[in-house]
Formats: sequence, structure tokens, C-alpha cells
Amino acid sequence: MEIKKAAMAGTLESSDAQVTVEPGENGIQLSIESSVIHQFGRQIKATVEETLERLEVTNAKVTVVDKGALDCTLKARVECAVYRSNGIAENIPWGGAVR
Amino acid sequence: MSHPNKKRLRRSMMFLNCQKPGLIKDPYIYRPDSIMLDLEDAVAENQKDAARYSLFHALREIDYRGVERVVRINGLDTAHWKEDIRVCVAGGADTIRIAKTESARDVHTVEEHVLAAEREFGRPEGSTLLMAALESCRGVLHALEVCESSERLIGIALSGGDYTKDLQTVITGTGVELQGARQQMIIAARAAGVQCWDTVFTNLDAMDVFEEEVRMIKMMGFDGKSLVNPRQIDVVHKVFTPSQKEIIFAEKVVREIDEKKAMGIGVFTVDGKMIDIAFYDGAKRTIDLAKASGVYEGDL
Repeated sequence: MEIKKAAMAGTLESSDAQVTVEPGENGIQLSIESSVIHQFGRQIKATVEETLERLEVTNAKVTVVDKGALDCTLKARVECAVYRSNGIAENIPWGGAVR
Repeated sequence: MSHPNKKRLRRSMMFLNCQKPGLIKDPYIYRPDSIMLDLEDAVAENQKDAARYSLFHALREIDYRGVERVVRINGLDTAHWKEDIRVCVAGGADTIRIAKTESARDVHTVEEHVLAAEREFGRPEGSTLLMAALESCRGVLHALEVCESSERLIGIALSGGDYTKDLQTVITGTGVELQGARQQMIIAARAAGVQCWDTVFTNLDAMDVFEEEVRMIKMMGFDGKSLVNPRQIDVVHKVFTPSQKEIIFAEKVVREIDEKKAMGIGVFTVDGKMIDIAFYDGAKRTIDLAKASGVYEGDL
């Protein structure tokens, strides 16, 4: 999926993550800020990258501000931001690209 | 054949806002009978989409340890309910709570879309249960037709806030404004053989008043109550779980009725109370409730 416009999902509340996606040209530029970056930085990065790959996002600037989100929350926030950037809120491929 | 979970124990049904990851990640620690993951009123209008992604992954990835996962979807008068149904079924929700139900037709409309979603996502047809929230005078007056509308329907729940608005009054704390609806709904639910739940109690500083209300709705015949806070769960379980005294009496009643029936005796006394066959089902129900609540140690 193409990132058509900047979009954001999530909050800065505990157990959440705020994910911003913006149009990009040279692959995925991922920036992660997290209070648990030393313990979980690698896992957060892997989860975000895998989610983007499933959504076939190949070019984007992605910013994650993590507040101790579980993997399932991270995925949910990335997916929401990507679909919002395309203006899509219905007929989501639950269990397909979103899984 | 009826769904095996249609009549499971549902004393405590706790609402949780799907917009808040911190709330939906581990509510099973409080051991409610059911959680109600909310896509409706608790979720801001511009966050309905975000709540669905959170819901989907929560349903798929979090082990709620046997707690029933109900999802409250948005009303049929909104643009959200169809996608809500798709995500509930795809995620594998146990039950969908239909907001603002006013007629059997509303239930049928949801049922059609649930069936389509079960086919789309390869889930067993008929596996998703439904419950209906009655939130208006029209809904309450149509309680019986709603209760009889679908094989999937487990019961009806009163939503007191919207109902009292429609009635042109407010929640007074005395319960007087809810009397008619409560009475009508429990009678309809029992006539149709489904369950019935009372509305939420939102004043968390008045736990004594809350407990009184729980005792009252239990006496009226309700199966349980919608809850807004984990602190309310133990109170409901305490009130709805039969005491040892009640269990022992119920056992005596069942045993005596079985025995006396064989001897051709119809009416007799147990612990000084006159007992006949009319007490049998109630005593059996007490024992079943004790079993379901995990406090029965007898052999009936």
C-alpha cells in the first residue's frame, strides 16, 4: 500500500503507542522512541516492520512513540495509521493483510 | 441444536473501552463472567476505526482465560455497525451486544450480517451469539418479540441512561424510574427462556447503594448486571452466589420431593416450611447456580 498522506494513530497513554506514517521515497525510514528501548527496541522494530511488510508498504517515513504497548497494540496502531493515510475505514481485510 | 454457551453463567458483564489498550490487555485478572469490549459510546466518533484494529488483535492474541468476550457494536442508525460486525466475527468474538435494539427486525438485520461475516471469514455458522440492549420505551415494550427473535439471542440487557432519557426522566438513585422496564424485561425474558441483565450503576462512591441494587435485581429474577468498574464484580458475585445455608436447604428440598413423590406424598415440611412440587425447579436452580459458581460440594 502506498502512503498517500501523513496519518497518525494511537496516544501517549501508558500501554499505548503513537504511530505516524508519512509519504517516503527510499524504503522504510523507521524512528522509534520508547522508555523500554533497551529491553524491547529490537522487538518493537521487528513488529513494526513485519506489519508494514504485510500491508505491502515499501516506502514511508514511520515514527513510533512507544509507551509500553503490547505487540498486538503496536500492530493495531501501525495498521490504523496506514489505512488512515489511504482514507480507508471499511472492508478491512481482517485476518488477511491485517492479522 | 442450541449453542452450548447460550445459558452460561453471566452474573457480571464488565464494559471496557476498546479505545484504551491499557484496559483491554488483561481484564481477566478481575474474573468477571463476561467482558463487554465497547466499540460504541465509550469510543470517540473519530476513533471508531482505531478501536476496531485494537479489538481485532485483542480477540485474536490475548488469552482471556475463559471469560466470555462480548463486543458492543454501534447502533444500526450509524455508519459503523457493518464493519463492527465484520471485525467481531473475524476476530472470533463469542457474543455481539446490539445497541439500541427496538424490534425483532433489528436483531434479524444484525443476524443476516453476522451470518454473511461467518461465511466470509470461515467461522462456523451460528457460532456467534447475540444479546440485545433495550435503550428506549419502544424497545422495552417490544421486549418479548426481541427475546423470541433469534436462536442466537442469549438475552436482553437494560440500558438505563438512554431509556430514562426517552422516558423523560433521569436516573434518580431510587430505582423508581426503572421499575416498569425491569419488570417488563424480566417477565419477557423468562417467558422466552433467555437471560436478562440489569443496567450499569455508575456512582462508584456509593458501593452500599450498589449492593442494595444488586440484591434487588437478584430478587426480581435477573441473571446479572452490566458493570463499569472491576470493584463491582465481587459484590455481584457475592450476592448471586447461593450461601451454604441456601444450598443445604435446596438439597433437602430436592431429596425430600424425590423421596416423598415415590411414597405418594405431595405436600410436607422441610425445616418447618411447607414444601410441594412447586419448589422443585427453584431448588434445582439454586444447586445449578452453586455448581456454576464453583461453590457446590454435594452430589446432586
